Amino acid sequence: MCNFELLLINEKAKMEDLQKLEEEFQARIDRGEKIEPKDWMPERFRKQLIRMMSQHAHSEIVGMLPEGNWITRAPSLQRKVNLLAKVQDEAGHGLYIYCGAETLGISRDEMIEQLHSGKAKYSSIFNYPTLSWADMGAIGWLVDGAAIVNQTMIAKCAFGPYSRAMIRICKEENFHNKQGYQILWALCKGTPEQKEMAQDSLDRWWWPSIMMLGPTDKDSPNSKDLMNWKIKMQSNDTIRQRFIDRTVPQAEVLGLKIPDPDLKWNEERRSYDFGEIDWEEFFNVINGKGPMNKERLQARRDAEKNGRWVREAANTYYKKRKEQAA
Amino acid sequence: MTDTSKPENKEWPLWEVFLQPKSGAHHAHVGSVHAPDAEIALQNARDVYTRRQEGTCIWVVPAEAITSSQPDDENSFFDPADDKIYRHPNFYTLPSEVKGL
Ligand SMILES: [Fe+2]
Ligand SMILES: [Fe+2]
Repeated sequence: MCNFELLLINEKAKMEDLQKLEEEFQARIDRGEKIEPKDWMPERFRKQLIRMMSQHAHSEIVGMLPEGNWITRAPSLQRKVNLLAKVQDEAGHGLYIYCGAETLGISRDEMIEQLHSGKAKYSSIFNYPTLSWADMGAIGWLVDGAAIVNQTMIAKCAFGPYSRAMIRICKEENFHNKQGYQILWALCKGTPEQKEMAQDSLDRWWWPSIMMLGPTDKDSPNSKDLMNWKIKMQSNDTIRQRFIDRTVPQAEVLGLKIPDPDLKWNEERRSYDFGEIDWEEFFNVINGKGPMNKERLQARRDAEKNGRWVREAANTYYKKRKEQAA
Repeated sequence: MTDTSKPENKEWPLWEVFLQPKSGAHHAHVGSVHAPDAEIALQNARDVYTRRQEGTCIWVVPAEAITSSQPDDENSFFDPADDKIYRHPNFYTLPSEVKGL
């Protein structure tokens, strides 16, 4: 047999091995087992998970910026500590997910570099400006509300570290959601100007919030793989519908009007019908053309740069102490 | 010889974090943090994992110091225990009238 033939036989055997491994892997997932970092996994599974988890972690971190904008101007000391605690939680969420993603063999530095270079994405929602105090309410109520629906689903996903990070996060999100709603409730019980402020905020945040749950199923190319692997348990449209169904009655309690003339209860579906989503806006924002994309990324890059001396000093100090001890 | 005067911007090492949720309980793994030394690792772990009194004690362990059994030999590694059902109390059938056993 010539070398070339041997090579071919070898290749074929490798392919068959790989196929067998993939089948076993899928069978584990279908049985509801959790995949752990050291387990064998297809390269595409690893890649998709790194993409999804780093994108999620970046969203938590960038997500601190719109609310951070109002910490110094919160209307009372109580509101200020509430908001501070909420934003601090988001930092924690980012770190839980980064450390989960690191188990897949990517470093945190690498992920942050991808965010800063624009290679990695983060949630479209954080590219909108926070123009009034009421926006702190709308974000907690709508943005964290949408995140809860999404994250409750991911908490059941097949990758152990991601699922565990989500369980921890979900426990903390309820406070975010409630403190936001309560801000709007206070405004709605206040002066006509305050109620108007709340309505204006809902008008601006409603559509971005239902968009942030991702493109509609037919424009979501990765969805099928992700759902087979149980990284994603339900489609974007299913989650969006669930979010809308739970949120509309909450708006009624506030006495606010959701800015969608086509929004209507559908008795047959036992769900709300809603209007056409402006996907052009969504893709514009995702691709860097939202109102705040530039500012958000710049703020992240500045933070990295301005904190560098602290990291260097700590490294130098640790090294010196080790040398002294030696 | 390496130049020690130049500050480094290398990523801080990784530490695995174990938390004891209340006194008397086992420490359990909760995640990891980056820190240049054990002291800062403890402080970071406190800030990241115990913002709501989730624990009474924290261990931090350099991630590279942990040795794990390999998932690939899961079967052979653990099978010495497979056929020893007599280590469990329900293996033993006793007279039905006996009490307190
Ligand atoms: Fe969060
Ligand atoms: Fe949140």
